[in-house]
Amino acid sequence: MVEYHLTTPVTETDARKLKVGDVVYVTGKHVYTARDEAHERALKMFEKGEKPPVDFEGSVVYHVGPVAWQKNGKWVIVSAGPTTSGRMELFEDEFLRKYKARIIVGKGGMGPKTLGALKEVGAVYCSYTGGCGALAAKGLKEVTAYEWQDLGMPEALWVITAEEFGPLLVTMDSHGNSIHADMDKLIASRKAEVYAKIGITQ
Amino acid sequence: MQDPYQVIHDTTYRLLTKAATELPTDVKEALKAAAEREKNETAKTQLSAILTNIEIAETGIPMCQDTGIMIFYVKVGDKFPYIGEIKNALTRATEKATAEVPLRPNAVNPIVGGNSGNNTGVKIPWINWEIVEGSSLEVTAFPKGGGSENVCIVGMLKPGVGLKGVKKLVVDNVMSYMGAACAPNIIGVGIGGGSDIAIKIAKQQLLRPLNDKHPEPEVAKIEQELIEAINTSGIGAMGLGGDTTVLGVKVDYAMRHPASLPVGVAVQCWAARHSTAVISKDLKVTYVTHPLEGK
Repeated sequence: MVEYHLTTPVTETDARKLKVGDVVYVTGKHVYTARDEAHERALKMFEKGEKPPVDFEGSVVYHVGPVAWQKNGKWVIVSAGPTTSGRMELFEDEFLRKYKARIIVGKGGMGPKTLGALKEVGAVYCSYTGGCGALAAKGLKEVTAYEWQDLGMPEALWVITAEEFGPLLVTMDSHGNSIHADMDKLIASRKAEVYAKIGITQ
Repeated sequence: MQDPYQVIHDTTYRLLTKAATELPTDVKEALKAAAEREKNETAKTQLSAILTNIEIAETGIPMCQDTGIMIFYVKVGDKFPYIGEIKNALTRATEKATAEVPLRPNAVNPIVGGNSGNNTGVKIPWINWEIVEGSSLEVTAFPKGGGSENVCIVGMLKPGVGLKGVKKLVVDNVMSYMGAACAPNIIGVGIGGGSDIAIKIAKQQLLRPLNDKHPEPEVAKIEQELIEAINTSGIGAMGLGGDTTVLGVKVDYAMRHPASLPVGVAVQCWAARHSTAVISKDLKVTYVTHPLEGK
């Protein structure tokens, strides 16, 4: 396990250095929130040849629907823990190929399609502890833009400057490793033992 | 004399604020104990992040950005004089808490789309009404997050599978959603009644104190077996591996139809947010889960 402190935009070389089990802290202006609807919109814009309001290359894309409010006319992130990344499996591989984000952050992990794209593009998926919205907000220092507001607060594209945002645990890397896939195998191997505790023998 | 509407409203506002920012003591203690017991390094980091997060949240910040959909459990005494004020007071307090805590607007119209922006709308907040004997009103605010809600299930089992089948449904559910519900979880199980009754009972179990055992030894035994079975899985905090997958399993039941064995399984994330207060008929307020400072 290695601890990295990376500055955005993150290069492909940096992303490829990361391995599952590593811990990353991110600083920089290129942290963008995106959930289902933002992914869908970004992909549609690409097809139409339109440009999204931010350049996703080298960015950190965070699966989150934050709580935010306006203080003295400025948007401030109040609480922003990760949402379930599994929902974005529908879009993430295409999104990575088209936009080349380097670090995807969320919870619960993603599937084989995303794992394949991480390898192809040179990017990683990091897990942030679910529910830790207050802690995450500490590292999300400044909102520089609030785009796609028509999608509503949770689904909008928030453009954030981060300072030591983390700890982000690399759970899927660009070398085909996935802690989530390993966990699936581990649980399958323990099933008989679990069943035995409730009196079921297979 | 105080305005009854205002008292119910202000009490509910405090309940919603406390629920979003401070875990009940039993949940906090259980998470601390889990962190101390844990042997898996990844799980240790996850539990330690959770404990740090809880501390930061107690300064008045919602612990999780998903501040839930608004659900209330209301026990109203048959002699409580202000029944007509309750629904309006709960709804207006929800709007105020949304703007001022703040809470994330989480009420979306499933038919025409669009977020109401203030956590209220058609049938939301949802109020579970219970009429009890007495002259006081008990209100529990129970904001429920989407991640853990998405893995709640109802199984309509064949009665022939018996209690073994019931237990299998519960452990199979955990092993399929893994950490997706922000483990360590609390799981409520409702057996019998009907499809709606089973899940309703299951959800009510999430409000029981964690050290509480079902008064009937047969049921308490099922609770214990399920805790041990699920924690044997190794799923751990956030599904990244570890010793504690559940902090508690609470089971209750209703009589069933001879042809049916309904089982509701309600799943709660570690952010088991709920807050309760009792308002007497002369409008004295007692906060149960989150007492006023200095009391």
